[in-house]
Amino acid sequence: MSPTITRHPDGATLMSFAAGALSEPLAAAVSAHVSMCAECRHEVRDLALVGAALLGDAPASRGPVAAPVRVHESTSRERSARPHRERGDELPAPIARKYGLTLEDIDWTRLGPGVWQHKLPLSPSTKGELYLLKLIPGCRLPVHGHAGAELTLVLTGAFSDATGEYRRGDVLEVDAGTEHQPVADRLEGCICLIAAEGPYILKG
Amino acid sequence: MPDFLSRIAADRSDGAFRRLFEEFGPQIRHYMMRQGADAATADELAQETLLAVWRKAGLYTAAKGTPATWMFSIARNLRIDRLRKEICWQELSEEIAEATPSEDAAPEDTASERQRQARVQAVLASLPGEQRDVVTAAFIDGLSQTEIAARLTLPLGTVKSRLRLAYQKVRAALEDLK
Repeated sequence: MSPTITRHPDGATLMSFAAGALSEPLAAAVSAHVSMCAECRHEVRDLALVGAALLGDAPASRGPVAAPVRVHESTSRERSARPHRERGDELPAPIARKYGLTLEDIDWTRLGPGVWQHKLPLSPSTKGELYLLKLIPGCRLPVHGHAGAELTLVLTGAFSDATGEYRRGDVLEVDAGTEHQPVADRLEGCICLIAAEGPYILKG
Repeated sequence: MPDFLSRIAADRSDGAFRRLFEEFGPQIRHYMMRQGADAATADELAQETLLAVWRKAGLYTAAKGTPATWMFSIARNLRIDRLRKEICWQELSEEIAEATPSEDAAPEDTASERQRQARVQAVLASLPGEQRDVVTAAFIDGLSQTEIAARLTLPLGTVKSRLRLAYQKVRAALEDLK
């Protein structure tokens, strides 16, 4: 088992996720965290109750929806193959499944000294981006800000910034306008999944 | 409402099948139209949601949530996939339950599931209007926090804190049922 996850997404973020109202990159990163975190799985499951209750309260429009012709369903349980099981330092299940990736076969692009990136495509209409970032041990990113919300999920190793240390499964949420300077763990480096609603802003 | 849906889903008769669409079709249509679907598309998506609820009702166990939560989750995922044409990252609770059978303790029984639903309904009914509006904008209108801020002309931080307060109340209300 991986060490306990101590840093979870903000309550407001979990609400928007359960509502289906998070932007696509942020939803991807929260879904990855949820797949690694039993506690947040329970939270998200409970929050679907909010949607269910509000759906029941909404005023109904027009007449009934016609029932389609009833097809006699088989009673056998259909089971799709679900090969993914969370293991040590694999990609979170939703990411591995959507992109058919494993951490070992990623084709990294070098961004700079000690910094490697792999972009994960999203739907064409989406603003923002989703990518994996690999930092070699001790690598220090430049101080930077963000044009929109950014959510970082640690997959392997660890990094720290002024707010503390983040390990596998931990989430760091940064709002637009906040600046920080993450530093990868001296021994392990780190690989993170990063969801950004707006571009990264370098501060010289 | 959730009990009524549970009964319909448990009763596999043709009459129950028709009633499912009559009773719940309009809610889902309304939900889809709030996301900008035209009436015909909203009807199609309502049918598709309820067919899935009906099919999955046979697989119902408390661990996978109530029919009411599936109905919401299925409708939400269809909305993201068909109306927003985005990748849907929200897994249905039953898929999560299947993918992670051993680690997640299942809630004891259906009664406690109903109790959870009742508690959440009570919390929502008691929310101050300003929190309830923000929660409804997210769950029913599917608006992001930034979109809610723009629609209600509020700072983003205020939207977040209202959502967070509502979240903490839901959590507190379910605490002893964990």
